[in-house]
Order: sequence, then structure tokens, then C-alpha cells
Amino acid sequence: MNIEGKKVIWKDYQKEIADDRFYYVRSCVRQNFFPGSETAFLRIMRDVLGKDVYEHPCHTTCTGIGYHGDIVPVETTMTVVARQFSLMNEAGYENLLPSCITSFGLYTEILDTWHHFPEVEEKIRKQLKKATGREFTVPKNLAHASDVIYKFRKEIAAKAKYKLINKNTGEPLRVVDHIGCHYAKMFPSKGVGGAEYPYVLAGMVEEWGGQVIDYPERRHCCGFGFRQYLVQANRGFSIACSKEKFESMQPFKPDMIITNCPGCPMFLDRWQYVINEIEGKRYGKNGEGIPVFTYEEVAGLVLGYDPWDLGLQMHQTDCEPVLEKMGIEYSPEDKFNLYADKKSELHNSFVKA
Amino acid sequence: MEKFGFSISKGRQINYDSNDRRVAEFIIENEPSFRLCIACGCCSASCTAGSFTRFSLRELNILISRGENDLPRNDLKKCMLCGKCTLVCPRGVNTRNVVFLAKQAFRKFDSYAI
Amino acid sequence: MEAAGRLAKSGFHVTLLEKETSAGGHLNDWYKLFPDRRDSSEVKRYLDDLMSSEQINFLTSTTIEKIESKGSSYSLMTNNGENLNADSIIVATGFDLFKSSRKEEYGYGIYDNVITSADLEGMFRKGKIVLHDNTTPKIIGIVHCVGSRDEKVGNLYCSKLCCVTAVKQAIEIREHLPESKVFCFYMDMRMGGAYYEELYREAQEKWGVNFIRGKVSEASENIDGKLIVKVEDTLAGRPLKMEIDLLILMAGMEISEGSKKLAEISGLNTGENRFFEAIDNHYGSNISNLPGVFYAGTCTAPMNITETISHARAAVSEVQDYLKNGKS
Repeated sequence: MNIEGKKVIWKDYQKEIADDRFYYVRSCVRQNFFPGSETAFLRIMRDVLGKDVYEHPCHTTCTGIGYHGDIVPVETTMTVVARQFSLMNEAGYENLLPSCITSFGLYTEILDTWHHFPEVEEKIRKQLKKATGREFTVPKNLAHASDVIYKFRKEIAAKAKYKLINKNTGEPLRVVDHIGCHYAKMFPSKGVGGAEYPYVLAGMVEEWGGQVIDYPERRHCCGFGFRQYLVQANRGFSIACSKEKFESMQPFKPDMIITNCPGCPMFLDRWQYVINEIEGKRYGKNGEGIPVFTYEEVAGLVLGYDPWDLGLQMHQTDCEPVLEKMGIEYSPEDKFNLYADKKSELHNSFVKA
Repeated sequence: MEKFGFSISKGRQINYDSNDRRVAEFIIENEPSFRLCIACGCCSASCTAGSFTRFSLRELNILISRGENDLPRNDLKKCMLCGKCTLVCPRGVNTRNVVFLAKQAFRKFDSYAI
Repeated sequence: MEAAGRLAKSGFHVTLLEKETSAGGHLNDWYKLFPDRRDSSEVKRYLDDLMSSEQINFLTSTTIEKIESKGSSYSLMTNNGENLNADSIIVATGFDLFKSSRKEEYGYGIYDNVITSADLEGMFRKGKIVLHDNTTPKIIGIVHCVGSRDEKVGNLYCSKLCCVTAVKQAIEIREHLPESKVFCFYMDMRMGGAYYEELYREAQEKWGVNFIRGKVSEASENIDGKLIVKVEDTLAGRPLKMEIDLLILMAGMEISEGSKKLAEISGLNTGENRFFEAIDNHYGSNISNLPGVFYAGTCTAPMNITETISHARAAVSEVQDYLKNGKS
């Protein structure tokens, strides 16, 4: 495989990512699946990089999950999104920073629709005015949180305490990067690296010392979708998608998976347990699974935050193998202890923020 | 084991490398004109059985060449060997013999399964 | 070369400007030509013989920088600073092959064993078909319509010759490597020419080439370096996945870079398909929008060698008519 060929393509798909003064909109369910991720992100942005990231207390869900699940009509979704923009204008910010990939895909889609069909934008303006009395202007810059971490990956690498390298062998860790479908597949030009060979997570991994694996099913969807997943009987189809990915990546012996969507790591993490229960199959070495991380968790680990502060104990597939490989100091007995009961001094004041 | 309320769906991709193509190879050996098929569908259009049952010789020929033997195994018995397909084939495939040989092949290769 | 040779035979003075160091263009890269698989060097020799006339002034490594109309003739300035005068001009600037790396999903330039049809012709000329690591491939896939009939790369037209080239190359591979299996992944089989359909039949009957109708969506590499292609077997109605050792992309034809530059400096019209546009599709396919300037060959549309030579002769006829019967 010729990496130079990929680099040519990566260069074609670059996008404008804002530098500072971000307006952060959270994900609906991410805090439930991966509790430490968003907090880690804010920590890194504010304390480590010194950026201004603002969260409006009145912002709501973007209703992307409802829109994709056929529950919320598209015009309602657009009006809710218009309200988000209005709140952003009110707070005096222009750079929208969604935490969720589906949100990002939704905002991109809506902005593109309004660009091509200004009459729809007019209609939404009227609707918002009628419903809430608000007015809005569209954001100047739209970048996903992983784009921003990608942009500042070198600064993070400079402050890194650990690298994505196996301490025992000195080899870079073999990392599978999984991009959320709504990031680049809908609008390849809005994703760093395009849709075929996305670079946003690969860039982070390489900067932090790891090695990205290209395997045949790299572009395959994890199966989250929304509309079929909501019905229990349909989940067999979703799990088959994830299973296809696992079967394809197993011969490459990956050490970990990094993702940037809320749903994908949830799926890739939890389905390994279900596949083991149904078929008895595990995809890691020595009967382990393959640990799945969000990019904020990886950034946090690399910067030296305590794994249990990052919420890694909530993962279904144990993360300890990667922590061991990276040589990260952590206290196994504190894994499930509440904050007040923590015995070791390793955890920092991360949570107090 | 937990009861999840769903099971892992089976894929429907044709996995060409792992399919059993002995039936196709048997047919080609004994009726070389089978190779000439371009799947134009003229045979299925004229087919007596195809008008009233879900039987398409074009589809079965393609599936057999790819090694997907399940549907052909069940459906080939619908053929009445009337010969209308052989009359109309533009490439000159001896379709009637293909059906005959396919049935023979299934008997030959499936016999161990009984 | 054909046009120059014919004009010379009729007694005209011809200056042939060639941007490379030798004449022949793409013909120099080909191995055997369809439909009868005769050696391309025979055609090249025929054209070289025509060029041996003394009436032809052959300038190599020359391109046109400026072109001006001076009444009823043209003044051209070359990149070597030479000034030429012409009563009539024939544009035969030819085509470029589509750059297959633009189709990212096939991985040309990224995966070692993905090559184009032109690369394969090169392998045939060297007499060896090998993978990147010099081993012999056993399973070979051919993808039709790469860069043609494709909105995503901006080429809506059909390049006309790739289907017959794919069939020809499939036969040649089977000839060179009798143990191999060849799979052609096509959208349609466009065999519009004398003996083309017979070649298709021969590929199936005599050589056992497999044809699967479906456009390849992506190619990726396995841990052992084999390529996995995903295609829908549309005739079976199901997606299909298979391992291939060598993938060959049938790159389509596009207007050449030189033609584009010429169009800019001269004001010659190009059509929606970006090839030069003649003033009439049926009886004026050699005539351009500038008086005295005529087209010959693939700079107007995808053509095979037979058609190109006929088109060149027609251009010569137009030139003769133009110069003899008053420049109108």
C-alpha cells in the first residue's frame, strides 16, 4: 500500500476550521454512553489549549435522532436548529461546534439545503418567529469537535505525557479508526480527508505515535442508523454490520479502535459483548475484546488524565489492555469507586471543574 | 446466554471465493455452450413454467455460475423440458441440456448429504 | 500522421507540429489492436511510411503559443520562437487517458495491484504480467467505465472503446497466463464495431472469461495484499464480494491537455463533453468554427484507430475543398 497516494487525496479535502471562540452544543445521549468524553473535551479546550468554548444553558437537542428515526418531520427539525442558531447569535458567537456527528451531519445538510433553496430558509425564519419570536443568522463556521482536536493535535502532542506506543515492544499501537457515517459520507468536501480515506482521526493517531490500520471494511457503517435500531427485532441487522467490521479487522490484530461519533463507539463496544454471548467469539488477542475509545478519551489518556476520571470504567469491553500497553499509571482498585471513596491519589481534580 | 430478542442477521452478499461451483463446472464440461450465456432473459421470457411460477432460467443460470446453489436446487424441478427456451436463445446455448445436466449435477454432488 | 501523409501525396506542403519527441501518440504504447489482434507496430509502420514524404516538415517538441488570423491565412508562433504561416490548419491534438487516481474508491496509486488498461498494455509489450512483488496473478478483475459515464468525475459520455479493449485484454491475459481466471465487471457491454461482438463471444466460448454485470463500488486491500472488490451482481440481484490478485481499470478518454490550451488561445469551440465541437454532427464533423481550421481524430470525440484514420482522410478532403474552391 502506497501511503503517498492517500496523502494526495487527503490534501484535496481540507476544510476551514475555526481557531477560537466556539459555541459548543452537546450530544443528547453521549453523556450516558461515554460520561467523561464531553467533560474531557471541555477540559482540554479550556485548560490545555486556552480556548474560549461557550455552552448556552438553554440549548436543546438538535432532534437529529428524531429526524433520522422518522419521528420528527424535517421542518420541525429545521426550526429547532434555527433556534439553536438564534441562541448562538444571542451569545455573540459565530463558530458552531457540535459534539455529535449526527448533529454535524444535520447542520451541514440543513445549511446546504438553505443554500440551494433560500425559500425554505425564509419559511423557517417565519416559523421560528411565530413559534418563539426569535431571529437568527447562520453560523460562519461549522466544525465538528473532532475537527478541532485534529487541528490542535500537534499542540496536544507537545503536551502529551504518554504516546500511543506499546511500552513493551516499542512498536506504535495498531489503531483502527472509525468515522461516523454522517461526517463525510454525505458531504465529502466537509470532512477532512474526504469520504474514501478520511484523515481526521488518522491524523490524530499518527501525531500521537500510533499506526492507523487500513482494512477492507474500513468504510462500512457500524449499523447504528436510527430508524431500524429503535425496534428491538431489527437490531440483528445492526449487529451484523458491526460484526462484518470486526471480522474484517481481526486479521490485522488491532490494539484499539478510535471513533468520533456517539453511536459508533457505543455499538462497537457493546456489540462485542453480545456477539460473545450469541456466538462465543471474541476479536482481540488472548480472548480479549478490542477496546473502543472516543477521540476525547484518547486525547485525555495521552495528556495523562486518570482513566477512571475519563469514564473508562463504563466501557463494556475492558480498556485495561491498552492502558497496560501504553504504560499509563492507574489504580485498578479505584475502578468502580465513587469520587468520595477513591483510595489512590492518582486521580486529579478533573471532575471538580 | 442472555435472550436479546434478536439474532445476528446473516449476510446476503455472494461470497464468490467460498461458494461451491462444482455444479457449474460439471455443466460447462458437458455442455460448453453454457459459457455463451449473456443473461439476456429471452429464455425466461418464453418459458412455460415461468409464466405461472416464480421460475427464471436466466436467474438460475446466473446463480449456478456464481455457486449459489440453494435456489436452483429447489426450482429446477419446475422445468417441463418443453424446449421453448432453446428455440429462442440468441447465443445458441443448449438450455434444455443445461437444465438436464444441472439436475444430474445436483444429484451427483448432493448425494452425500442424504 | 495520416492527414499529413495524404496532404503530402496530393502535393501540398505540410508542417506537422508534434509536442513529443516522436510521432504516433498513444499508438506507441499499444500492444495488439482489436478486433483482429494484429500488432500495433504494423499500423505505426504504415503511418511512418506516409510521413517519409519530402513535402512534410516534421517539427518535434513543438507546441503552439500563439495563433492569429491574418486575413485568409494564419500566423502561428511556436514555443521555440518560430513563426509559421498557414493557409489552412488541421487540428489533430488527440486525447488523454482519464487519470484513474481521481476515482478514489478504486485505490489507483494507493494499492499496489491496481493498474490501468494502459499499464497492462505496457506489461504485454514487455511480455510479462506480474504483480507488484513479481509473482504471477491468478485471479484478475477488469473494471469497465472508469472515468466514463460518470457524473462524479464530470464525464457523462461513453468512451466507446473500453468495452472492446477490456475483452481484448481479457483474451490476451488468458493467452499469456493459461492458469488464470479473468472477471470483467461491466455496466453494459458496448461492442459497436465490426467483429467486436464476435470477439466477446470468443472471449466467453474459447477463453472462459467471466462477465459479471455490475459496477464495482470499491476495492480494498486484505492483510495478505489481495484486493477485495465489492460489486452487485445485478443479474442475480445480490451484492457480491470476491478476492482478486490484480485489478485493471479501463480508463476512459478525455480531451488532451494540449487541446485545452489550444482552445484557449485560438477561440475554437468545445462542446459540453469538453472535446472540440465541429459545426455539424453529420456532414461537417471535421469543420471547426474558424475558417480554414479543420479537425481530425479523437480531439473531437472518442474514436478507434480505423475511425481516426478515416476522419483524417475526410479532413484532408475538406482542406482540399477549402483551398481549391475559395476560402469560404
